[in-house]
Amino acid sequence: MEIDWIHFTPWLSMGGGLLLGLACAAFILINGRILGISGILGGLLFPRFGDIAWRISFLLGMGCAPMIMNYIMPLGVLDAPRIDTGYLAVAAAGLLVGFGTRYGSGCTSGHGVCGLSRLSPRSLVSTLIFMGFGFLIVYVVRHLVE
Amino acid sequence: MQHRISEFLVGLIFGSGLILSGMTDPGKVIGFLDVFGAWDPSLALVMGGAIAVGFFAFAVAKKRTSNFLGGALHLPSSHQIDKPLVIGAVLFGMGWGLAGFCPGPGIVSLAAGQPKAAVFIGFMLAGMFIFEIIQRRSVS
Repeated sequence: MEIDWIHFTPWLSMGGGLLLGLACAAFILINGRILGISGILGGLLFPRFGDIAWRISFLLGMGCAPMIMNYIMPLGVLDAPRIDTGYLAVAAAGLLVGFGTRYGSGCTSGHGVCGLSRLSPRSLVSTLIFMGFGFLIVYVVRHLVE
Repeated sequence: MQHRISEFLVGLIFGSGLILSGMTDPGKVIGFLDVFGAWDPSLALVMGGAIAVGFFAFAVAKKRTSNFLGGALHLPSSHQIDKPLVIGAVLFGMGWGLAGFCPGPGIVSLAAGQPKAAVFIGFMLAGMFIFEIIQRRSVS
């Protein structure tokens, strides 16, 4: 196995991960909610009365993150995002992610972080499958098609 | 009001964590999923760091009946490993591998002004909408 040392960011990724864990911890303990992005967003498509404001507040906070991070992080610490995928594939990916996360009751945050943290067998199965298919698709696209 | 402030701050912390960790960089996500190429193990540390904190929080939450503000504690009640869980994860994994975006980083990248993230989120919402329509048809 060959490691991509140039892009490997152990400290930033570990630090970012700790922040994600902290957010999930605060959300369940203070607000009593599982922090799962697909569920939070999906619940706004056909909203129920009294079940809207908490979703909006959370999403607004998330939307302010780039602005805050631009302000506090010194220039050059974070790599600029690399988005090599074409628009058509991005659109197809959006459809798959949108339908799949709702049908499967969660994504990387709800199953991958919260679910594994609370030792849920359902979330373990989900995470193993979506990671497995992530590996598979990247293998197909990068090593068979290209 | 306390709830609204807390939700906003939690969203802000979560979004910042996504940026700091590299999750909002699709190239980095695909670098992690590319185990047969030049592999970037960073995202394993993101998961590890997040679960290391989350594990203790949920251990506390499981023993409680209410949240710190006195309201309900909504823990998932489903335990069944069924067809929707499996098929949903398959589709999600395929989409995740294809573009390197999952829902949270997609939203944060959209807020940062990435045009491709806007396309991703637009079609993601369409996918979620299709799910809701099918779900509603099968119930009624």
